[in-house]
Amino acid sequence: MKLEQTCHDGIKIVTVAEPRIDAAAAIRFKDAMRAVTAEGPDHVVLDLAQVRFVDSSGLGAIVAAMKQMGPGRRLDLAGLTPDVAKVFRLTRMDTVFIIHDAAGAAIRRASG
Amino acid sequence: MSNGFHRRIEAQEQAVRALLAETRAWLRARDVSEATCGTVEIALAEALNNIVEHAYAGRAGRIGIAAVLDGAQLRCTLTDRGRPLPGLCPPEGDGPALDRTGAEMPEGGFGWFLIRTLTRAQRYERTADVNRLTLAFELETGTDPAP
Repeated sequence: MKLEQTCHDGIKIVTVAEPRIDAAAAIRFKDAMRAVTAEGPDHVVLDLAQVRFVDSSGLGAIVAAMKQMGPGRRLDLAGLTPDVAKVFRLTRMDTVFIIHDAAGAAIRRASG
Repeated sequence: MSNGFHRRIEAQEQAVRALLAETRAWLRARDVSEATCGTVEIALAEALNNIVEHAYAGRAGRIGIAAVLDGAQLRCTLTDRGRPLPGLCPPEGDGPALDRTGAEMPEGGFGWFLIRTLTRAQRYERTADVNRLTLAFELETGTDPAP
């Protein structure tokens, strides 16, 4: 699972550079997230703008990624494409995460 | 243009991915809107993943799909020779409760909830050693957008 990371103003942006977080990718995603969030800022934004599709396994892996960061740390989401937004809306997981239109908006909000 | 689509795949995650891509391309070529393509792909993904993970539970096997497009109705029938659904009935799929926080947050339990929410009807039959799940969808076509 290809994840790219950058830091801006104390926020780590993790970009998923793959089109799907599905049953075939969920465990690799969760493991890759553990590696990139093990250290560094407490505030992480997961940029999903390149992800076209998430199924319930992928959704579970994103929740697991949040939980494994530990208490006192925060995982936001950004850049949900239409099918991904639909899964979050129907399962009401959009009420669990703070969701930004784009990763850049998360940084501007935090620094503004 | 044919209104029927039939495939047989190995019950394996990568084969499910490829089948979903092929099904979506088939729908798109018939002017089904992107939003509806997404609805169908999400529901089929959940049903196919359930077959791989629960009916066959990691064992080798095959899955058949037969899709029929009839006007604004799409019917997809999935067949497999894995274990039957518990109670010979599709689960209620209420979805996990979200009133928990932190370490208690649910990571699963959304599959059947999504299938029931995204389909118009679901029918499950077990005959001999074959599971047959039919999912029915109402389609919006891309050529006739809703106002």
